[in-house]
Amino acid sequence: MSPTSEPDLAAYCLMLGDDALIMSHRLQEWCTMAPELEDEVALANIALDLLGQARVLLTRAGTADGSGRSEDYYAYFRGENEFRNVWLAELRCTDFGQLTAALLVFATWRLALLQQLTGSSDDMLAGLAAKAVKEVTYHRDYAARWVIRLGDGTSFSRERMLTGLAHVWPYVPELFVPHEVEQRLAAAGVGADPAGVRAEFDAVLAQVCAAATLGVPESVPSGPSPGRDGVHTKEMGPLLAELQGVARDHRDASW
Amino acid sequence: MVTADAVVSAVTDPELPMLTLADLGILRSVGEISGRVVVTITPTYTACPAIETMRHDITHALEQAGYPGASVRTVLQPAWSSDWITAEGRRKLAEAGIAPPGAARSRAPGPVPLALVPFAGVVACPLCGSPATELVSEFGATACRSLRRCTDCREPFEHVKEI
Repeated sequence: MSPTSEPDLAAYCLMLGDDALIMSHRLQEWCTMAPELEDEVALANIALDLLGQARVLLTRAGTADGSGRSEDYYAYFRGENEFRNVWLAELRCTDFGQLTAALLVFATWRLALLQQLTGSSDDMLAGLAAKAVKEVTYHRDYAARWVIRLGDGTSFSRERMLTGLAHVWPYVPELFVPHEVEQRLAAAGVGADPAGVRAEFDAVLAQVCAAATLGVPESVPSGPSPGRDGVHTKEMGPLLAELQGVARDHRDASW
Repeated sequence: MVTADAVVSAVTDPELPMLTLADLGILRSVGEISGRVVVTITPTYTACPAIETMRHDITHALEQAGYPGASVRTVLQPAWSSDWITAEGRRKLAEAGIAPPGAARSRAPGPVPLALVPFAGVVACPLCGSPATELVSEFGATACRSLRRCTDCREPFEHVKEI
């Protein structure tokens, strides 16, 4: 294994783990709100898969940073500015078209990263990635089929899908701006450089949008990558209040 | 005395109780370190909530059989595949009304291709045997199962997904 400073690995595990944890929470919010019963079950399953990935990654962060802290510590007792997820994960979706667009973008991006990580020189990352690739493949297919169903459906569903894509699109560039930790780990053969998966992402989105008879939204200029440095949108506070409230109010509770 | 391997192999899955852990193919190894049994298992899905119960069931069964203090390790690699469900396991699933998985699709290296329509392999109805069945949802009551229905006998049934 290439020499890797453990703080980098810990930070990287938080990035990938927080993306999964926060996106999982957003999906869980759709329980009881999905258009059909089967979609309730599907979204809950996808949320559970991501939560499973988050648990492994946050646990690993606690060993890599030498603190020995548990997955629960990272999920429930960190402040907002300690979370390293991208803004897309915390984006609030109030319409199923928005959620579908967010899930397609998130799963396409994450699947491409995970596929790279299957070749990681870190056994734990490679092992988790090999497993997660199988899971996220199902997530991406699910979202893609809904985008097509809505986009190539009625004029009403088409409008909802277009609005959904427009809601999500400003958060796409951040996904491909590499953080210095990601760059160092990619160079060491441990991590994946997100800039390197942009072409695959674009190809998948073009394929799905064509099948949905929708144009791919125009690209927006690339900006900074605030989420990876702990700077979040105003939606993050309320999200964490719900995610962490019970654990913080009942510190001695067990489940 | 029954071997530790035989004890662990006979423990059943908490969510698919007709299957043993050996049938399900999640048992990686049963070894011994300093006189204590060490069992290694791999979850079907990363978040499989049955893992905690399995861990408990394994140590409990070993203790009952005279192997106290056993430990259970979870590994993710190599990733579990539905291909590891044994022939016996497949027979038991079908008997219980759950369609067993077909062969997992092998994939060339490189980007994962999109599947814009669900995989169209034939899944026979475990109740009437008809091949005329359709997918209801790729996501079912647990991470490893999808929902289908038979267009002949009209019964819904579950299908263990190919991964």
